[in-house]
Amino acid sequence: MLHLLVTISKYTIMIMFAIYTYDCFAVLRPGMKPEKREHMYKKQTTLIYLILLNANAVLLCSLMDFRIIIMSVAEMIFIALTLLIYNRIYKGASLSVVNNMCMLLTLSFIILTRLDIEKAIRQFGIACVALVITCVIPLFISKLKFLNKLSFLYAIIGIFGLGVVTIAGSTEYGAKLNISIGSVTIQPSEFIKILFVFFVASILYQWEDITELFYASGVALLHVLLLVASKDLGGAAIFLITYLAMMYVATKNPLILVGGFGIGAVGSFMAYKLFTHVQNRVIAWLDPLSVIDDQGYQVSQSLFAIGTGGWFGSGLGEGMPDKIPVVTKDFVFAAISEEMGGVVALCLIFVCISCLLMFFNISMSIKDMFYKLIALGLGTIYGIQVFLTLGGVIKFIPSTGVTLPLISYGGSSLLSTMVLFAVIQGLYIMRNDQESELEDGKTKRTKRNRDY
Amino acid sequence: MARQKEPREIEIIDLNPKNKNQKNKNSKKNNSNNNENRAKGSRSKEPQPIQPKEKNGSKNREFAVITYGFLALFIALSVYFCYFMEFQSEDFINNSYNARIAQLSNSIIRGDIVSSDGEVLATSSVDSQGNETREYPNGSTFAHVIGYNSNGLMGVELDANFYLLRSHSFILNRLLNDLKDEKSQGDTVVTTLNAQLQKTAYFAMGNYDGAVVAMEPSTGKILSMISKPDFDPNTIEDDYSEIATDSSSSVLLNRATSGLYPPGSTFKILTALEYLNEGGNNTDSFDCDGSFTSDGYEIHCYGNKAHGNETFLEAFGNSCNVVFSQVGLTLDLNSFYGLSEQLLFNKSLPTRLSNVKSSSFSLSEDASDSLIMQTSIGQGDTLVTPLHMAMIASSICNEGLLMEPYIIDSVQNDEGTNVESYSESEYGNILTTVQAEELEEYMRFVVTDGTASALNTDSYEAFGKTGSAEYNSDKDDTHSWFVGYAKDGDKEIAVAIILEGAGSGSSYAVPVAKAMFDTYFGN
Repeated sequence: MLHLLVTISKYTIMIMFAIYTYDCFAVLRPGMKPEKREHMYKKQTTLIYLILLNANAVLLCSLMDFRIIIMSVAEMIFIALTLLIYNRIYKGASLSVVNNMCMLLTLSFIILTRLDIEKAIRQFGIACVALVITCVIPLFISKLKFLNKLSFLYAIIGIFGLGVVTIAGSTEYGAKLNISIGSVTIQPSEFIKILFVFFVASILYQWEDITELFYASGVALLHVLLLVASKDLGGAAIFLITYLAMMYVATKNPLILVGGFGIGAVGSFMAYKLFTHVQNRVIAWLDPLSVIDDQGYQVSQSLFAIGTGGWFGSGLGEGMPDKIPVVTKDFVFAAISEEMGGVVALCLIFVCISCLLMFFNISMSIKDMFYKLIALGLGTIYGIQVFLTLGGVIKFIPSTGVTLPLISYGGSSLLSTMVLFAVIQGLYIMRNDQESELEDGKTKRTKRNRDY
Repeated sequence: MARQKEPREIEIIDLNPKNKNQKNKNSKKNNSNNNENRAKGSRSKEPQPIQPKEKNGSKNREFAVITYGFLALFIALSVYFCYFMEFQSEDFINNSYNARIAQLSNSIIRGDIVSSDGEVLATSSVDSQGNETREYPNGSTFAHVIGYNSNGLMGVELDANFYLLRSHSFILNRLLNDLKDEKSQGDTVVTTLNAQLQKTAYFAMGNYDGAVVAMEPSTGKILSMISKPDFDPNTIEDDYSEIATDSSSSVLLNRATSGLYPPGSTFKILTALEYLNEGGNNTDSFDCDGSFTSDGYEIHCYGNKAHGNETFLEAFGNSCNVVFSQVGLTLDLNSFYGLSEQLLFNKSLPTRLSNVKSSSFSLSEDASDSLIMQTSIGQGDTLVTPLHMAMIASSICNEGLLMEPYIIDSVQNDEGTNVESYSESEYGNILTTVQAEELEEYMRFVVTDGTASALNTDSYEAFGKTGSAEYNSDKDDTHSWFVGYAKDGDKEIAVAIILEGAGSGSSYAVPVAKAMFDTYFGN
């Protein structure tokens, strides 16, 4: 009977998530009426609730843990609140972005409950705190007009934070990522990358002579080198690529990209020569099965999970994702693919793409160079991070130890990604407000014309 | 009507300035609409038209580069994901480290294993309570090659584990079974085995321990594979502890693929080839008085027989130890070692079969005379697997080209429709055509005028080399070997047969070969 339930749930979740993903792109269709579009967003919201309920019902039956009932209610309230904040309180937020955020969080809640209910509860708590913290961010973004003047502050905090990790951080899987304060462990680079974007934007938005570029590049390089010193090469790659993208848009010079890729290639090669854990990951990437007892164990387990799950998945609770080391963090995608199916996993990639396109579009439509660069930088961070983690899990690229934003377990990652989404929403709202003002001006003219 | 066309909210970078102008017009119309909406109290939210910026079309070029760059990365990622799912995942799924396969048996009835001539070699029955029993209709005849599915896996049961636990049954049936919480029928694995031939060989071996491997030289298909002592796979679950703890007879060892035996005189195939490579001739003349001594070490011919005056070809036919140990002392040992590697000694054999051991050959330049003499007649430190010897015979038959041995031919669903077929694969030439032809002449002579004359018939043309391998100091204990092949028109078969402790090759192993050839060629 349980199996029947799991099977029905597996296929229904898959269909609902596929429809959700389709709608992510369907709303982009030109010439769509606003009512239709609004209707689609509402449909997406309904699907989020249904998927959450559907999965939690199955998890309740298979785990027989009655905390799941309470969590379901709490999670629904959480999503309702999030939608309320960005739908009603902040008028003019991007419904696409807020829906995607809720959808990804829902997947996170589902898969973490399946993997480790204690962690799921913790993660949900952090999400609640993050929602409270981040709900004021859009307001700050539009009201605080001096954000572009704090470049020095951003740089100091960033370098200091990364420096502390390099010196006093604790080592995990070959890299220093965290610092512990009492019982709380935080990963500063998750937050510093957002500050880093603000720093770069505050220098580049009005650069006039080349010395400013050198100054920005120097500080950026320092960030990257500190990360390399902590052996956090995934983080270093994120910072470097983000910087290059922002620099390229600010200077409009394609040589930046060419030079940047050159630096990246040389850097990767040197990292390969210098660090054994990089070599190990490359070995594991090339042929994980040949070193399955050693370096290839994790990637092999991940591919066992994805492959055995197949396109339709084993069903929640019927796979063996626990066999994958660090499954709740870096390899959470493999667990989703195994139990919810390759179709859901593929849709998940497309939802991430939809987020990314939205970020870049927001950036493109902003006129103020400072905010434009911020949206671009945050979008790049998000895109690179998703690409690195998914690529590592499916053996498309060597694994880099980066978490999947909004889905992987981990407080720092979740909070910083929610901050990132909130900043983007702030920018979107601000742009809409400015446009409304502009429109008001125009409208008067239009009206006059009409009257005439 | 102004509302006909709404500009899209999300503008996927459009570099065409014409379109932009178009949109600009639309957005102006839209603005007024928005205004009207607002006046009616409805919220103005998405869609907000994105105002195209100025006339300068190049403004968005950087964004286009970055967006398309990311899109390309993610599309590549998605394509790779699909590629992995479709083409690569099987290698991972079937890995013995993957603990998930065992779980598949909760929803799938393990599929049947059948022979190429349609005989069921393994099947599963389900009782009314849903308990599954694995049955092997031929009992111990296919024990090692088909293997078992309890207390770990072995043989085809191991190699085809994933295929057996997958169902390509009609999709609605599977969906229905899924919903009814019933198991679906797993796919049938068709092997390359010839059941008729397998049974013939099994009975011809009699009560001797040992192994038989037969393969098709042109394809690499394994036609039969037997290892004795054997066990009954139907009762392996109950017998397992008894069998597994009996270390003296190693019942569970598949001697055909992982039994390491001294090759005895069958190794003279290599010694003869090395001699010919170094300029020797068929007609080189030798004298044999039954024994040969060098450096204080004496070698006898089998049964102390003196062969008298003989050519090198005749010495091969007579399996004359005196001539071959003499010849061995003249050989270039480096070159001899090179030849052994060319014939895949000390290398993992090219095959997808599991639990295959490598044969070993070692002879350093400073080896003692006695070791050189012993090695030349197939004693010494050389050890071979029967599968390897069958592969050597197969490549001689196939003009030097070795096909990789395989045993899983195809996978069918429960209605007999092919789901997957496995084609033969070439390993490459381990002998030149000339070398293969030379050896063919020698091995034919063994049948027409030598120790395997029992195989001389008009029904087919047989080739081979017998062997009597000593395996301990007591000279009476010899393993009986035959390595060779036979052909009749396009039909070919290569075999390696070893009967432990039986006696001479010609008396015990050759009759097994004869029974197999007779069956295979339809006598």
